[in-house]
Amino acid sequence: MSTQADAPPRRTDPRGLLIKAIRGMGGAILPIAAVLVGTGGTEAAPVVVMTLLVGFFVGALLLAAISWYRLTYTTGPEDIRVEQGLLSLSARSVPYERIQDVSIERPFLARPFGLATIQFETGGGAKDEIDLRYITIEEAQRLRHLVRERREDVRDDERDSAVSLASATRSPPMFAMGPRRLAVFGLFEFSLVVFTLLLAAAQQLDFLLPFDIYERENWVRLFEGQRDRITGSGREGPLLALAGLIGVVALGIVTGIVRTFARESGFRLEHTSRGFRRQRGLFTRTDVTLPVHRVQAARVDTGFVRYRFGWHGLRFVSLASDSSGSSSHAVAPFARLEEIWPVVRAAGLEPPDETTEWRRPLPGPWFWRTIVIASVLALLGLVVSLVRGSALPLAVAAVAAVAIAVGHALAWRRRRYAKDDRQVYVRQGNLAPKLTIAPQIKLQTVEIAQGPIARWRGYASLHLGLAGGTLAIEGVPVAHAGVLREQIVDRIAAVDFSMLAGDPGPRVSGPPSP
Amino acid sequence: MPAADFSKHLDRVDDDSLTPLHANHVKALRLSAAVTAIPLALAALVAEAVGVLPSGAVMLPASVLLAWYVVRLPLRRYRVRGYHLGKDRLRVVKGLLFRRDTVVPFGRVQHIDVERGPIERLFGLATLILRTAGTHNASVSLPGLSEQDALAMREAIREKIRRDMV
Repeated sequence: MSTQADAPPRRTDPRGLLIKAIRGMGGAILPIAAVLVGTGGTEAAPVVVMTLLVGFFVGALLLAAISWYRLTYTTGPEDIRVEQGLLSLSARSVPYERIQDVSIERPFLARPFGLATIQFETGGGAKDEIDLRYITIEEAQRLRHLVRERREDVRDDERDSAVSLASATRSPPMFAMGPRRLAVFGLFEFSLVVFTLLLAAAQQLDFLLPFDIYERENWVRLFEGQRDRITGSGREGPLLALAGLIGVVALGIVTGIVRTFARESGFRLEHTSRGFRRQRGLFTRTDVTLPVHRVQAARVDTGFVRYRFGWHGLRFVSLASDSSGSSSHAVAPFARLEEIWPVVRAAGLEPPDETTEWRRPLPGPWFWRTIVIASVLALLGLVVSLVRGSALPLAVAAVAAVAIAVGHALAWRRRRYAKDDRQVYVRQGNLAPKLTIAPQIKLQTVEIAQGPIARWRGYASLHLGLAGGTLAIEGVPVAHAGVLREQIVDRIAAVDFSMLAGDPGPRVSGPPSP
Repeated sequence: MPAADFSKHLDRVDDDSLTPLHANHVKALRLSAAVTAIPLALAALVAEAVGVLPSGAVMLPASVLLAWYVVRLPLRRYRVRGYHLGKDRLRVVKGLLFRRDTVVPFGRVQHIDVERGPIERLFGLATLILRTAGTHNASVSLPGLSEQDALAMREAIREKIRRDMV
């Protein structure tokens, strides 16, 4: 690798100062409006307005000039560096390999000057990307070319992914849901959201109703009126209540089914050479592609009713966000485990089997959390009891504390974790067990975290940095946590990804660097 | 997991291998503690000046508290901090009450920042920040390095990222 010298540090284009100053005048709008209202269009108004405009222009120009003077960027042989700041100096280095995308924008104001903004996206968890505001369009293109040149192989790979997707032939799906499956799925998606919406609407629009819904008398009168009308022998009362209940349940079921059909209709998951392709939706049909190497972890979850009937859901955690805004992709929302495991395997992950050595966490974290919560509750109950002069609040607090203790005990009882040569597994949940499978090489950082009690009792939490999600193992004995961390980090360090965690594994061959 | 695995790794888990931060870091911590303690000091002075309580009743405990906060606590915080720059990873340890011991493999570093706040600049210090794509601990910061060390570490890590890749 040749160590050619850095290019001399550059500044952004000074004409950008003008743009920033003009934009700064936008800040004068509110004061000007205030002045116009205040002076009511007297002769002094134009003078004041001009002064304000000039003042804001000069102020913004000065500020922009200072930050312009203090910002330099350097293109080295391996990275771009930006140094800036007046009081707080910051120097940022972005290696070319880490740059995912370079976007050049030409804002309206910048066009007459032939200027542009350039942004280097590293796609990391950190939102602070490097951007250079107002450089000449030639300079922007030069920088983009420079970045592309350094990592053209990766670019090519991504470019033809779009092409091949468009021309991909329709292969048999890995997983699909027909109307029957959707109907069953819909049953479990029982939702009273419409009912709540109706209630909320009634509250918002109560002025439209002929009576006050908060007045108990009105309801009593209403129901009594109804009862009288239905020949008031008294037997219809419970029947009416039952009918109402059935109505609400039916509404909930219908809502669930309708919503499920709208969202999941025509669900197809294909496994193409480029990754997973998922199509679904009745009204807005979405077509999402998730390259296999972008899969950071798999999560198998379920609900406490559907679990009794053997239904589970599978989602993949990734950095690319799903259309619904969640950062994990539902790839098999309602499926049998036999259907889920092949999809998991297709993502290059292995489901746990008999050889998986499940370990139980120490009960410490759950025990001490219970103690803390119970003490707070007891204290609160005691204080309220003393103030009110009644033992009821204390009794309520005691019942709540017992319930929380039972919940924590059950949560601990079901928690398991395991680590083999390739993956980390975490299993949790009593009534609705969830399983997370994460390949070690996709993890970003490993942290051992200990609070005061944890240090006293000798346990720790292992926080595994997962791109697009969180993964933690609680209650690990300290010595074991250290071992786990070393082994996992050794695995991670053995593989370097060219760019994001999640890109095509170790590069076997690459063009020699210039 | 067989027990033999434990001993093999134990020497790499212990804290003796940690490099302490630059000695000036204590001064920087003390200065920033002093800055945050100003309101309390002022309040104590005012309470003393009002003179409702017998003289010294406020000032004495306040001075002890302030002295502990500005002089003793920064030293303890400094002592538990440290780092270890390995050949393919950086380990950062901090936290007096809530201890955090984080390892970042260089292969996962997205970009590297060196930041110098006003107080740090006064003492010639800098903070090295490694940013990864993770959601948990997306950035791992190591404060209290001398400026040269921070820059040298940045270069070293960047170099390693590069070398691994080709």
